[in-house]
Amino acid sequence: MSRSVKKGPYVDEVLYRRVVAARDSGEHRTFRTWCRACTIVPEFVGTTFEIHNGRSFAKVFVTEDMVGHKLGEFAPTRTFKSHTSARGR
Amino acid sequence: MPRIAGVDVPNEKRIDIALTRVYGIGLFRSRQILTTTRIDASVRAGKLAEDEVSRIANVIEEKYVVEGQLRRQIQQNIARLRDIRCYRGLRHIRGLPVRGQRTRTNARTRKGPKKTVAGKKGIKEMHRG
Repeated sequence: MSRSVKKGPYVDEVLYRRVVAARDSGEHRTFRTWCRACTIVPEFVGTTFEIHNGRSFAKVFVTEDMVGHKLGEFAPTRTFKSHTSARGR
Repeated sequence: MPRIAGVDVPNEKRIDIALTRVYGIGLFRSRQILTTTRIDASVRAGKLAEDEVSRIANVIEEKYVVEGQLRRQIQQNIARLRDIRCYRGLRHIRGLPVRGQRTRTNARTRKGPKKTVAGKKGIKEMHRG
């Protein structure tokens, strides 16, 4: 079920405040974060995040197209090494 | 045979059914169109008067995105997901189910025909490998 419109998008407040503060002071830095569930809001565009995937941090540069998605969507939690091809053996 | 929304040529079926031949129009929309144009849904498509056909065509053109344009729109949406490399995009790239379905079994629509792997548990009769 999708989230109630009444509540608005879920944005991690601490992260949001930090990003906005950094943006306003013109500071460029990456944000290491565990909040995969946090929605990407327009204020995040142009910022680089390091999103936890359970083991390490995935570097993600946020572009305009990503607005509305969650941070976690850009840091895959599973590794899939492709199957050995049938011919290759 | 009436032509509606480009190349589509619905046949001698009831008009509500015939309209569903248009990509992007199902039964629900078809019936909506017929109520707004005040056309009897049970009339055969071939028996429609010319002005009725054009009325239907007009409504479709104004209100809905259908056929080629709709297909393009869908492809663009998928391309966007691919470009931003989000989870859904990655699933599209891989050709795996996008909406969290299981892949241990089933998922044949996305994965295509079975590729039997030799030595995998539970396969008694080995197919061509």
